[in-house]
Amino acid sequence: MKGVEITLKVLFASILLGYSMAFIAGFCRLSNNIILRSFTGFYVEVFRGTSLIVQLFWLYYALPMLFGWDIGSNFWAGVLAISLNYGAYMSEIVRGSIQSVAKGQYEASTALNMSRFQRMRLIILPQAVRMMLPEFGNYLILMLKSTSLVSLIGMADILYQGDLLKDANLSLAPTVYFLVLVFYFIIALPLIWLTKKMEGMSKKGVAS
Amino acid sequence: MPEVKSESLQETSTNNEDVIVSYKDVKKSFGDVHVLKGINLDIKPAEKVALIGPSGSGKTTIIRMLMTLEEPSAGEIIVDGKNLWHMEKNGKKVPANEKHLREVRGDIGMVFQHFNLFPHMTILENCMTAPIHVQKEDKESARKRSIEMLEKVGLGDKLENYPSQLSGGQKQRVAMARALVMRPKVMLFDEVTSALDPELVGEVLEVIRDLAEEGEMAMILVTHEMDFALDVADRVIFLDEGVIAEEGTPSEVLEHSDNERLQQFLHRFRSSN
Ligand SMILES: Nc1ncnc2c1ncn2[C@@H]1O[C@H](COP(=O)(O)OP(=O)(O)OP(=O)(O)O)[C@@H](O)[C@H]1O
Ligand SMILES: [Mg+2]
Repeated sequence: MKGVEITLKVLFASILLGYSMAFIAGFCRLSNNIILRSFTGFYVEVFRGTSLIVQLFWLYYALPMLFGWDIGSNFWAGVLAISLNYGAYMSEIVRGSIQSVAKGQYEASTALNMSRFQRMRLIILPQAVRMMLPEFGNYLILMLKSTSLVSLIGMADILYQGDLLKDANLSLAPTVYFLVLVFYFIIALPLIWLTKKMEGMSKKGVAS
Repeated sequence: MPEVKSESLQETSTNNEDVIVSYKDVKKSFGDVHVLKGINLDIKPAEKVALIGPSGSGKTTIIRMLMTLEEPSAGEIIVDGKNLWHMEKNGKKVPANEKHLREVRGDIGMVFQHFNLFPHMTILENCMTAPIHVQKEDKESARKRSIEMLEKVGLGDKLENYPSQLSGGQKQRVAMARALVMRPKVMLFDEVTSALDPELVGEVLEVIRDLAEEGEMAMILVTHEMDFALDVADRVIFLDEGVIAEEGTPSEVLEHSDNERLQQFLHRFRSSN
């Protein structure tokens, strides 16, 4: 089924871009630079405060018409909308996790004369990432579900293919949508497994 | 920035070479609370100094400023001839940047009340990480020295354990080993036994006593263990209301002083124990 392939492509691209966005925005919000901080704060609030469908339509329909920015393809419009949206949510997790690493950890690493960068890389981030993992896992599954929205901008993903089949023969609708359900669930299985695994990892050796 | 060792900043130290740490009229306020009102204190290499005083008198703040965890509001701290919080730039004295702080504070180590071990690392990794990344020591030698140090504090059999698997006393001994592998010239101890169950205090004090007897490292101990201070310290400093109110040998300060506030403090202390 070609629909599965497209869903998976959109999913993986969104995961990669979304996590990158989460870290970039998360770090920006912790930066000392006020402009950077408020700019990312604005981005995060806008993308969290509006719905993904609207963002998708903006990127795909409105932006090209208003500013002549053409994203290039509905694939990239979809991926961009999903990753910017989830990146905004997840950047809050990144920021929150980094901030919730105990103050004593900063102090101990300073007392060992680590540089700011070493402190972040060796001490703070490894602990923060462990706190992020379980939530990141949940977002993985949410992202999969959101990929179905790209059918609305004409991408032939699982849902879109299902719709086509249904349109061809309405009596098949129950079977078709059952199959769509099964496909999504099969894709979700490894993600669910991964999430469990991440939760397990995050528990290891953290509590002090 | 290239080596900016200024003459004027160095001058302070050249005339007294047997001082490893020098506080010069150091003040510290938090908002409008003046916690330290002018501390002058010279510490000799290998000297063991016990810092005592009522709660809130600023003992922790004094040593945190030396560890660069807190910036003084005024005054200077000189470490091994180098000005800790100031550096020279275009012939002017300016606040130190991170690079300068790192150059100077390498001589200082600290052990905290609440251990602050790295929970995501094994005991051995807790000790090895800084020598490898900060001092660029090669892995094998850092590992070897860390193991030796952990054996010395009696934890040679816990190398692969995580901090969460240790008792408080063991954690604090790891914290000491972790600081010691950096070979500091001055080691700071902030009430390192006060978060421990009473029956675990002894094992930690014993390690500190051994360190003190070995000798070469200067030590500043903030402590409420008066008997221990009497035993280990070369000098006891009584801090009160933001100034050094009394100082001298342990027996002078703890047994023969007629400073009234000190008497009150010691009295309250003995009666509460
Ligand atoms: N970061 C801070 N912000 C505001 N006030 C602070 C801060 N750190 C310390 N203080 C105040 O400075 C004073 C001295 O604190 P400090 O911790 O140095 O005292 P201490 O002598 O170590 O006391 P204790 O025996 O209770 O540990 C206290 O009144 C404390 O409330
Ligand atoms: Mg204190």
